Amino acid sequence: MSTSVHDAAPVAPPRLRWLKATIGAFNANKTSWAGLAIVLAVILAAVLAPIIAPHDPLEQNILSRLQPPYDDFYLGTDYFGRDILSRLLYGARISLVIGIASTVIAMVVGSLIGLLAGYYGGRFDIIVMQAMDILLAFPSLILGLILVAMLGPSMENITIAIALTSIPSFARIARAPTITVKERDYIGAGRALAFSDARIMAGHILPNIFPEILVMASLWLANAIRTEASLAFIGLGVKPPIATWGGMIREGFENILDSYWLVLAPSLAILVVVFALNVLGDGLRDAIDPKLKGER
Amino acid sequence: MSGPVLSVENLQTAFRVGGQWRWAVEDLSFDVAPGETVAIVGESGSGKSVTALSVMRLVSAANGRIQGRIALEGRDLLALSEEEMRKVRGNDVAMIFQEPMTSLNPVLTVGFQIAEALRYHRGLDAGAAKAEALRMLDKVRIPSAKTRFDNYPHQLSGGMRQRVMIATALACKPKLLIADEPTTALDVTIQAQILELIKTLQDEERMSVLFITHDMGVVAEIADRVVVMWKGRKLEDAPAAQVFNTPIHGYTKALLAAVPKLGDMNGHARPLRFPRIDPDDGKVEGKPMEQPDTVQAAEPPLLEVAGLTTRFGIRGGLLGRLQGQVHAVEDVSFNLRRGETLALVGESGCGKSTTGRSILRLVEPSFGTVRFGGRDVTGLGKSELRDVRRDMQMIFQDPFASLNPRKSVGSALAEPILVHGLAKGTEAQDRVAELLRKVGLAPEMHVRFPHEFSGGQRQRIAIARALALSPKLVVADEAVSALDVSVKAQVLNLMLDLQAELGLAYLFISHDMAVVERVSHRVAVMYLGEIVEIGPREAVFSDPRHPYTRKLLTAVPVPDPSRRALRRELAVDELPSPIRKLGWQAQPTELVEVSPSHFIRQPTEAGRAGTA
Repeated sequence: MSTSVHDAAPVAPPRLRWLKATIGAFNANKTSWAGLAIVLAVILAAVLAPIIAPHDPLEQNILSRLQPPYDDFYLGTDYFGRDILSRLLYGARISLVIGIASTVIAMVVGSLIGLLAGYYGGRFDIIVMQAMDILLAFPSLILGLILVAMLGPSMENITIAIALTSIPSFARIARAPTITVKERDYIGAGRALAFSDARIMAGHILPNIFPEILVMASLWLANAIRTEASLAFIGLGVKPPIATWGGMIREGFENILDSYWLVLAPSLAILVVVFALNVLGDGLRDAIDPKLKGER
Repeated sequence: MSGPVLSVENLQTAFRVGGQWRWAVEDLSFDVAPGETVAIVGESGSGKSVTALSVMRLVSAANGRIQGRIALEGRDLLALSEEEMRKVRGNDVAMIFQEPMTSLNPVLTVGFQIAEALRYHRGLDAGAAKAEALRMLDKVRIPSAKTRFDNYPHQLSGGMRQRVMIATALACKPKLLIADEPTTALDVTIQAQILELIKTLQDEERMSVLFITHDMGVVAEIADRVVVMWKGRKLEDAPAAQVFNTPIHGYTKALLAAVPKLGDMNGHARPLRFPRIDPDDGKVEGKPMEQPDTVQAAEPPLLEVAGLTTRFGIRGGLLGRLQGQVHAVEDVSFNLRRGETLALVGESGCGKSTTGRSILRLVEPSFGTVRFGGRDVTGLGKSELRDVRRDMQMIFQDPFASLNPRKSVGSALAEPILVHGLAKGTEAQDRVAELLRKVGLAPEMHVRFPHEFSGGQRQRIAIARALALSPKLVVADEAVSALDVSVKAQVLNLMLDLQAELGLAYLFISHDMAVVERVSHRVAVMYLGEIVEIGPREAVFSDPRHPYTRKLLTAVPVPDPSRRALRRELAVDELPSPIRKLGWQAQPTELVEVSPSHFIRQPTEAGRAGTA
């Protein structure tokens, strides 16, 4: 029978080879490693905040108010004399927890909606996607603002509000490839083999569209962090005195002319994290896309 | 005669793949004389298309490297600057491609695109270019050229688009036309027209043609000389008649033996396996034997289809009202016995695939009944349908799309066994291994993913998956059409062996008349959703009664240059569309028996009276 040359070659476990190929493609653009490194460093810093923070983020030193950066306070102090570096480290926890939680919620719910709409099509698809389009028509900040104002500013509510603003994007991202994949012959073969709809969607469509959703998630994580900061900036964030990046900018804004570092440090933190996540997302997309094309 | 138009010497083309240079063409030399047609034949990966791209220097400089000498009328193309080369392309050498839809710009009218080539290459002004473009459309025999001039590519059929491509290519009177699989995507009757057109234009323009194809039948129709390529190397280079009658290389012999020829089956009552020929030394391994009689004629039919009709609505307008219907399948009836192969043949859009899918209810039929093993499938609910589907399976055309790229072959084959609770754990694993062995693959391959297999191997896996539930009926929808000739022969042999071993019934859907003749017991010819002729294979092929069947059979290229059809008239028939207005009524027709169990569709007495 037809045995080709590579048949005799030993075969590595498939998962390992897949990982290798993905890392190889990710490697093609070195800046994606920088993005990954920054994101990991920020996560690490947030996790280790109680250990590495030089001061208590809530401790007020009235004597050393509005200090510029110097020995004891590496990034200076704010209006209440609280250490900015410590507040920054603790603030990262809030940003990341809200960002990741809201993105995961949006990813799960949005992908499910997109998958169902794409798979069943017809009237269900039209109604669901029109609803998504209406949500999408609101600027995410305004929508988040309305939702937080309605629900009240707590960490859970902010997370839910941000998740709701990004669900439509995930629904759209999941729906389009679902429609292409469901026309493939292997889905027809699955139906001929009497597989249930749930099995076809979960076992055959989802694994094929998941990489695209994952790339989207890394980009939307940056967006969620930005939205959280914006909400905090306009006063709809987690209640003070808890440190959040957006809240720090808001508080520092009143003294921006004489104590610019109050605003500079959290602004730079947001900038760097959002930038790193975008770079990482681009790298992931490059790592995943060419292989998808090759397999289609 | 003067020297050759094109002279290729020691051509070497390499591509960089993952940091390494891989040779796609190695040490290739050939000439094309003025007015001559040279065909480069080979299977996928033989380097035939790369050769064409190398001549045009369309190999990207970043990832490709061309060495050797390519001389057009003595001028070395490889020595030219990119600027000079651009003038050569289109002016001296023109190229047409396989996919005419993607080679034309969809947002520009076809007339504009031809005129653009004329203005750019020949410096004509707008008025003169339009007049010349109209003349070119006439030249490629496009009916009512004036109205077609303002059409966009999507408004033309595949055959018409390929004519437009040819017109664009010929606009600047090139000395050499390179045609890369120009008819592969076309239906057989349209293919015959395009081949005829190329031959006629070649005579009129005194042009040389370099014709790239995988189809030995097309080669026999058109080529003066044949270059056979295999894995980047030239194996044979000789006049067409010599290659077909006395091939030197074992591979050429194997290739020719694997090509089914229309008429090969005269005198054979049952399907015939393909001979296996060793591609290295050309030795025939065992004479092909007629298959044993697998048809269970005494039993009641396994599948009875009666009045099957499938229509798709076309919605449009502001409110999305139903505006028309695609009559994909109209009143199709046939029976299929155990161990029997019924072939459904026809051209694209004739409804043969929809018929197959409707029987499996992958598409819901509009009317009619499908009885399988005595049970009416059309009325079944979800859970009953599940039981029936164990017994009927499908194999699809595209081996790349029919397997889930993210599932290893082992888990893809195990899934149906587990879902239907036929076996568990190691027993399921054993079944998977047995399935792989049955289709001629090593059981150890179960850990691999689809992209690690060749097209032929993937098709074997798809067959194994269809066999996982031990079905009685397999619907093979163009199951071998996308495969290379030699691989096609192997997969067909496998299907015949499985039929003999397991008593499978096949509904063999294909557009390839020669393959159908080889493997089927009975044949049904479909045209515009209807079966126009159905009967025993031998009767349909040796005594076709319906005019459409005759037309289809004469259009098939015969892989024998001495039987090259005498110049046919340059027909420009189109395949009619099965889209009808709402409430359209077909002219009443009936099946008439012309010889024992051989039927053709004719208008009824009343229908004839009505039109007369």
